[in-house]
Parts: sequence; C-alpha cells; structure tokens
Amino acid sequence: MNRMLAKNGWTLGLAGLLALLLVATKVIQPEFGVTGLDSVARAALPYALATMGMAVVVIAGGIDLSMASMMAVVSVTAAVLMQGSGDGQAALVVVFVLVVGVAMGAINGALVVVTRVPDIVVTLAMLFVWQGLALLILEAPGGAAADWLQALIVGGVTLPGLPKGLTEWMPKSLVLTLLCAAVIWLPIRRAKLGLMFYAIGSDQNAAFRSGVPVGRTRIAAYAVAGLFAALGGLAVTMSTGIGEPIPGPYLMASVAAVVLGGVALDGGRGGLLGPILAVFILRLVRMDLTLLAVDPNMTTIIEGTIMVVVVMLGGILAMRGRRQ
Amino acid sequence: MSAATVQPTWLVRTGRFLSDHPMVPLILLLIGLVGLLEFLQPGIVNDRWIGNAIKFAIQLAMLAACQTLTMLTGGIDLSAGVVATITAFVMATQVPLVGLPVALLMGLSLALLMGLVNGIGIAFCRVHPLIMTLGTGLIGTGCLQVYQRFVIATGTVIPDFLVWLGTGRTWGLPNALVLFVPFALVIVLGQRRTGFGRLLYALGANENAAQLSGVRPWQVYLALYALSGLIAGVMGLLYIGLVKTPSLSLAMPLMLPSVAAAVVGGTSIFGGRGGYGGTIIGALILTVLNTMLTLLHMPEGARRVLFGLIILAVTAIHVRLTDQR
Repeated sequence: MNRMLAKNGWTLGLAGLLALLLVATKVIQPEFGVTGLDSVARAALPYALATMGMAVVVIAGGIDLSMASMMAVVSVTAAVLMQGSGDGQAALVVVFVLVVGVAMGAINGALVVVTRVPDIVVTLAMLFVWQGLALLILEAPGGAAADWLQALIVGGVTLPGLPKGLTEWMPKSLVLTLLCAAVIWLPIRRAKLGLMFYAIGSDQNAAFRSGVPVGRTRIAAYAVAGLFAALGGLAVTMSTGIGEPIPGPYLMASVAAVVLGGVALDGGRGGLLGPILAVFILRLVRMDLTLLAVDPNMTTIIEGTIMVVVVMLGGILAMRGRRQ
Repeated sequence: MSAATVQPTWLVRTGRFLSDHPMVPLILLLIGLVGLLEFLQPGIVNDRWIGNAIKFAIQLAMLAACQTLTMLTGGIDLSAGVVATITAFVMATQVPLVGLPVALLMGLSLALLMGLVNGIGIAFCRVHPLIMTLGTGLIGTGCLQVYQRFVIATGTVIPDFLVWLGTGRTWGLPNALVLFVPFALVIVLGQRRTGFGRLLYALGANENAAQLSGVRPWQVYLALYALSGLIAGVMGLLYIGLVKTPSLSLAMPLMLPSVAAAVVGGTSIFGGRGGYGGTIIGALILTVLNTMLTLLHMPEGARRVLFGLIILAVTAIHVRLTDQR
C-alpha cells in the first residue's frame, strides 16, 4: 500500500510540477494560451513518443540507445516514399514505416538475445547501423509529407456533434500523444505481456524460473520500442514536412525523461504516465527559457545540464534504494 | 571414457589461444588487409602510403586510448571526441588573444574539467558511463556553439610546432611518432606495471571484489575519467596540427572508429580484459579498412553501418569465445 502511494506520489508530484510550470509560463508571457499550448504539445510529440518507447525497454530491463537513429530511418523512409504520392498511398506508407519500426526494434532485441552482448553495447552498435542506413536512404534533409498527415498535428481538436468551444482548446498533437499511449501501451499493460515485461525487468532469473520466455519477451519489448520510434520518426516528418537523416537530441532527452518520470534504469518499475509528464516538463522549461530571451544555444546547454543532473540524481536515488 | 577427459572443442581451444595471444590474429588480419588492398589496387602500398596510414592511425589510436582505459573498468568515454574538439578549437581561437602558452593551458584545462565532470557523475552518482559521457558531450557541444559566437572575429592561429607534429615527416616517418611512441610506452607499461593500471583491471574484472580488498572505486574512476579527458585534449591538439582548419565538428567523425579500434583490438567492453597494444593494431586495421572503403567509393552511410556491425560482430565473437557473462 505504501509503495503504491509512493509510486503514485511521484507521478502526482510531476503533475504538480507541470501545473506550476504552466502557471509560470502564463506569468512570463500573459498571452500564453491555446496557441502556446498547441506549440508546446507539437514540439513535445516526437520526444514523448521516443520517451514512451525508451520507457518500455527500460521497464523490461534493457535500454535502447538506437532510439533516435531508428526515428531518423523512419523519418527519411516516410519522407522519401511520400514525395509525390497521393493521400491513399501516404496512408500505406504510414502502415509500412510502422512495420519497419517494429522490425528494426525486433532486430535490436533479437541481436541482444542471440549475441548475449549487453543491451547497451548492442544498441550502441545499432545506433550507428541505423544512422548509416538513414544516411544511405537520404543524404540531406528532403522528401515530403502528405498534407493530411501534417494537418493531423496542427491546431485543436474538433469533434462532430460537440460544440467547437468545448474541444478546440485541446491540441491535436497532445491528443495524439495520449492516444498512442492508450492504444499501444494500455492493452499490453493489461495483458500477460505487460506483466512479463515487468517480470524480466525486475529479476530475469526469477522470471525465467516462473516460466516467462525471457528471450521472446525481450524481443517483444524492443519491438514495441521500435513501434514507438517509428511513430516518433513519423511525428518528426509530420511536424517538419521533410525527412531528417541526422536524428535530433531525442536519445538523451528520452533517457532523462524516463529517469525523471520515475522509471528506474535497472528496470521493473514505473509506468508510462510519469515519463510523458516529464517530457512536457522538460519541453516547458525549454519554452520558458526561450520566452525569457535566453540565447537558443544557451538553452541547449541548460537543457543538457538539466538532463545530466536528472540522470545523476536518479543514480543517487537508485543507490539509496539498493542500500535500504 | 569419462567426461573429464573429453577433448575441449575447437571453439574453446581457439578461445584460449586468443586470450593467451590476443595480438596474433590481429596482426594476421592487418597483414591480410594490407595484402587485399595491394591486390585491389596494385602499387598503392608504398613508403608514402605507409607514412600516411601511420599518421592517421596515430590520431585514431590516441583517441582510442581514452576508450581502452575506460573500457578496462567496464566504462566508455563517448565525450572524448567533443573534448578533443573543444581543446583544439579553444586553443586555436585563443592564441591570437592571449598567446600560445596560456591558450594551450586553457584548452587542456577545459579537457581536464570535462573529464572531471564525467568522473564525478560516474564515481559519486554511479551513472552509467555511457549515459554520463553522452550527456557531457552534448553539453560540451552546446558550450562550443555559444563560445564560437564570441570569437567569430578573432581568427585562428595554429601554432607551427603543432603543424610540424601533426603533418610533418622526417625520413618518411610522421613526426607525430615523437609524441606517440613515448605516450604509447607509458600507457602500455602503465596498464600492467603500475598500481593504477592494475586497479583498472581489478575494477573491471570484479568491482565488488576490488572494493572488498580495499580499493576505493570513486578515486580510481575520478582519476581515470580526468586522465581520459586529458588524453582526448592532447589528441585534439595533435589532430588540429593534421587537419589545420578548426571547426566545430573537428574530431567528432573519429568518435565511432575510436570505439571500434579498442573493441577490434581485443579490449573487452565489459572490462577487465585487453590492453593498449591491441588498440594500436586495431587503429591500424581500421585505417587500412578506411582506405579500402574510400577506394571502393563507399558512401558515408555505408561506412557507419559497417563500423557498427564490426563493433557488434567482434563483441559477439568475443563473448562466445571467452564465454564471459
């Protein structure tokens, strides 16, 4: 019971921090409203998706350093295939790249299982493999995205049958983020598979002895991460309208958000809600810094420092936890 | 026949042979690659090419020293490329402002500082070295971009002695050997024969055991990552003498090959095994491989894919052969 409280306490604390930051943003810039919320949610979308994927792998006791590179592969593949194609074809492309994402994740997982090399080393090597692949597909940023895809994340939600004012304040990208989490993660979490993720994450040997197929579960966890990476890559293409072969700073950001979100890096603990809140907190901090007219490069430094400090604090907390 | 007298399989025997003589297959591989290169383009292997290959391999081997030393304890230093770039860039832009000695000192103290930050995170907060150094690398890149704005007008000067060291040759051999030979000797002898070197192996083999025998891991980690930063800084100075144009991405392209060189050279990424001798051969192998890929007009993307696969394959084979973990 106490542990449940503590777990939810962390998430509640994050939600409180997020609310505080929203208020602070409103104070810094009184005009901050629906459009501001929309731009934050849109900027946060790829980060949130990358973080969710990372969180799933970390819960299952691994880590996927190739997250950002997989996003780059999907981003360029989608952008190249969508160039000059119609709306219907674009829908097919979306399905195709999602499959590609799952396949890349499964390859990562299979390599971890088959080679018996630690996750961190395998995915570091795969980081370069996927990055190289993205560069082979598209040397420089280019390609295109279908208009309806781009429109999917701009502006507020309008539902037929409901008054416009009721739903319009809700940014589409925020709804999309939550929808991805709900559609992919919730069924898994409820099913046996989710339980197995937590099982192999907290104690591999114990899980094995209770009949969990450790190898297959692990591959599944990486495949889910690949799916999230594919969604993240699509989000990059959707928000920029082009494919980016050089991945953004999603790797470090997702690790930091996972740690800040209350998922222990040694696995088996935490959920997806905390990391999503953490992503929005980190994004809002960045936006506030920009609003305060801090040099954008300076913002990068501050952001990087926050991430490193978060990871360091997470390390100290984990050490404390182990000692108790 | 009882089970005890069953002959070990060839896999086990090869594994034993490799762990007893790690340099033999590496040197054979190097010779094989040079032979293949000569076969692909007859006449390419001459004095001039050898001199050039050594010149580039030295840069790689210097940076790979950071990886080797940190990998001995089971860590890695992914910020080395950034540290080298920062040192070289700051030095080159500060020379016109404050003079050579101060500029050199500034560059190297920045390298030491970044190494210390890595060390603090890894020693006291027990962050995984990979994540810690990746993070400091990102921060360093950000700082460099901000710094560049302030010095955009000052222009850059690369001291003559660094150019001499980086590009010059004497009797067909690159001058960089003047710096590299003593450096390599210190590392190779230091890793086996000094207390600090042995502590690295001890921590990498079994940290708990080392701690129980009275080692204070934080001291070793702090010193190790500071040293790694310093080596990366010196490498940056040497590299700018070779490249001669300071840029914000100076030593970054060498980052991945430096990890690959250490891994190919037989240093275990899990710690406790390997050494700098193998890394030097590994750096030579990668340099030859690079020439070959350039010869075959391999695009940058394919090169990255190949290097990634090499790291993975070598580590996987290593795990299989030595049956670690």
